[in-house]
Amino acid sequence: MELLPTIWFIAIAVLWTGYLFLEGFDLGVGMLMKIFARNNTERRVLLNTIGPVWDGNEVWLLTAGGATFAAFPFWYASLFSALYLPLLLVLVALIFRAVAFEYRGKVDTDRWRNTWDWAIAVGSFLAAFGVGAALGLTTTGLPLDANGDRDGGPFAWFSWYAVLGGLAVVGFALLHALAFLALKTDGDVRHRARQWFVRLLPVLLLPMAGWAIGVQVLSGEAWTLVVLAVAVVAAAVAWAQARKGNEGRAFLAIGVFLLSGSASIFGAVFPVVLPSTIDPAFNLTIANASSSDYTLGLMSIVACVGLPLVIAYQAWTYWVFRRRVSAAHIPEAHSFLPAVAAKALIRKD
Amino acid sequence: MDALEIARWQFGITTVYHFMMVPLTIGLGLVVAVMQTIWHRTGNPAYLRMTKFWGKLFLINFIMGVATGIVQEFQFGMAWSEYSRFVGDVFGAPLALEALLAFFVESTFLGLWIFGWKQLKPGVHLACLWIAVVGSFFSAYFIIVANSWMQHPVGVTMIDGRPVMTDAWAVFTNNTALVAVPHTLFGALAVAGGFLLGIAWYHLWRRRRDGIDTVGADGKVIAGEAAIPGRDRTDYTVWIKSLRIGAVVAMISFAGTALTGDLQGKLMFEQQPMKMAAAEAACHDGTGFSVLSVGNLGSRNCDDIVALIEVPGILSYLAKGDFTTEVKGVNSLLDQYKADYGTHLPDNPIYGDRAGQEIEYVPVMEVTYWGFRAMIGFGGLAALAALVALWLTRKGTVPESRWLMRLAVFGILAPFGANAAGWIFTEMGRQPFVVAPNPDLNGIDQVFMFTAAAVSPGVSAGEILTSLIVLTLIYAVLLVVEVKLLVKYVRGGVASAMPELVHAPVDENEDATPRDGGPDKPGTSDDVLAFAY
Repeated sequence: MELLPTIWFIAIAVLWTGYLFLEGFDLGVGMLMKIFARNNTERRVLLNTIGPVWDGNEVWLLTAGGATFAAFPFWYASLFSALYLPLLLVLVALIFRAVAFEYRGKVDTDRWRNTWDWAIAVGSFLAAFGVGAALGLTTTGLPLDANGDRDGGPFAWFSWYAVLGGLAVVGFALLHALAFLALKTDGDVRHRARQWFVRLLPVLLLPMAGWAIGVQVLSGEAWTLVVLAVAVVAAAVAWAQARKGNEGRAFLAIGVFLLSGSASIFGAVFPVVLPSTIDPAFNLTIANASSSDYTLGLMSIVACVGLPLVIAYQAWTYWVFRRRVSAAHIPEAHSFLPAVAAKALIRKD
Repeated sequence: MDALEIARWQFGITTVYHFMMVPLTIGLGLVVAVMQTIWHRTGNPAYLRMTKFWGKLFLINFIMGVATGIVQEFQFGMAWSEYSRFVGDVFGAPLALEALLAFFVESTFLGLWIFGWKQLKPGVHLACLWIAVVGSFFSAYFIIVANSWMQHPVGVTMIDGRPVMTDAWAVFTNNTALVAVPHTLFGALAVAGGFLLGIAWYHLWRRRRDGIDTVGADGKVIAGEAAIPGRDRTDYTVWIKSLRIGAVVAMISFAGTALTGDLQGKLMFEQQPMKMAAAEAACHDGTGFSVLSVGNLGSRNCDDIVALIEVPGILSYLAKGDFTTEVKGVNSLLDQYKADYGTHLPDNPIYGDRAGQEIEYVPVMEVTYWGFRAMIGFGGLAALAALVALWLTRKGTVPESRWLMRLAVFGILAPFGANAAGWIFTEMGRQPFVVAPNPDLNGIDQVFMFTAAAVSPGVSAGEILTSLIVLTLIYAVLLVVEVKLLVKYVRGGVASAMPELVHAPVDENEDATPRDGGPDKPGTSDDVLAFAY
């Protein structure tokens, strides 16, 4: 029994799930900037629901990546190099999206805001899709040779699971964002978000269900099927709770859906971390892709202290900013008179 | 160019770019935290304004550091998969710990600081900024531990051709890292110092030019007021204090970089003698420090290089702390390197087309020689300028000269240049190794990797070229946007970061409301959140 590699496989699954849970809604809110919000005030409501937290959420991605590097360097090296161009797209999307959040309000013209709104919306979409595609492929396989390198050209990674995984994360993020907005806003945005949630839930979760079922077919086991059933039940509960207007419970149920869905996917793939579609002998597994027990042990100790701490202070952040935001709260955009361009007003003492 | 060269250009460009944002973030973060602390303690409204103004510029810059930082973590795997496989057991851990223990802290608590002006009690709010700042220090520490392991691998044994960590304590207390961390932090502070100095100078100059501040018969400043929000006497205090803080920070940090840099240099003469010889373009063994060497440094051929001006003894001092010890030059080191690490790359497919080629052990001396001098030169220039600035502003304001103002603003770039030159020097000086051999380890235990073996074998040159072009273009555009925004907010003055100065009558006790922690005036709409967006 490979104890430490198993623990770290679980840890990385947890980190990815944490990433999808947290950044899921802020990616979704980003996408909704263009398709849900109706005017600038509503866009600012949306932005301010995620404003204090999105950056902290994004660190989950960095931690998932860094932990994969440290715990399974061969997994990290093969996955990231094989998916060179898609990950470049994710990087570009994340760059624009991050900068857009901060810069959007810094110049008071419609054209400026509109440009950055598109950067947020498209950036969020591409980031969600790209991360989903990468996860879809790491659970279903890439054309890897004996050294773990991609066999074939820059697009040899393509399979329909990339599309399915991409759509799965996009759909989940959108739905999760609607649940989040229903929980975090007030007024028209809140009610519309709940309506959209109830109406769109089946469509938005369909690709993730497809991906999960696909993985079960490829490598599922009895227990992962049971866990998948839990996910389906959780989705139904979320739908029913949202219809009744219990926004908090709907949000929680969606969280349970994600947790059980990703457990069924990662659980089914275990102990393979990255299958090779060329030859199963080239599969990367927890045994042949992992770091030494010494490194994993060190990381385990640090993670046991660090991760609960992260969860605690991030939870505190959500508590601090727990109040609902509504259009009525949004102040006028402040314009300022550049101090140095106002010579005419100067009075001499 | 092949994949390896393109990947190296990409890593160089993205890293140097990222490291324009990082030192400003680290340095300015600390400065803003100190300013807010003083405001918290004294209630002096000038310090609140300083916190808000410099804090705004800090955030505009911070986000660019975040955005470009993700690229760094991804491209090890994307473009350098063989490197990642080779070093993963030891190199991945500091990166993972950076994210888990430092970057989470930094981004979460900074979010609390940005949005928490009203939700949090003042002391807690201030603590959030301090926690974020300390987080950024830890972030620097972990990254430098990772980098130092590439300069000086420790704490590992070779198992199946890969270094495996056996002593985490050795890795995390690598002496290379212990001197590089303070060196880098002082370098970051130098950037913040120059930034404060240049911008504050501009505002003081502007206030004089607009006739707000005047100079009395004794040459001393008479601070005035204009009927524009935010251009009152407190505004004067903001800029003169900022200028002096900036100048002092710049000088202290130069002294700090010089002291730590000296320690680092002595260590590097032991750990990577070829790097230091190349920094001096010192071909022959000797004691002299080259002030000016000419010839074709890029040819890497020592016969072409003539040291025109040399100061005897100084090189020995840099290396050993005395004036007489002979320091080995490139020529004798070359024989030693060839004997220890071979004359040709092995015939292994991992080296691609380079398999079997002769190894070039001498780094590109144009880069190491001038990089080393640019680092020291820019750093010293900035410190000298800070001293001159303090002297020129001793009577409370800046001279009217437009030319001097431009020089002060332009001087903001000098510490950036020093930082970039230092990194380019140390990374280029490590070549041809990506993991430089540790001379204390011998024979079969020798841990090193040639850069030629590090690139991703499965990735085509076209893919890497695509990312190089895409990232460079995006970075260029974003640099323009960032600088434009910074300029806009600088020109806007404090009011640009404190709309309350514009939209409410300026209250002499402007700090009273937030410090009370009590409810705001009824009717103000933004009492739920401090809206940053």
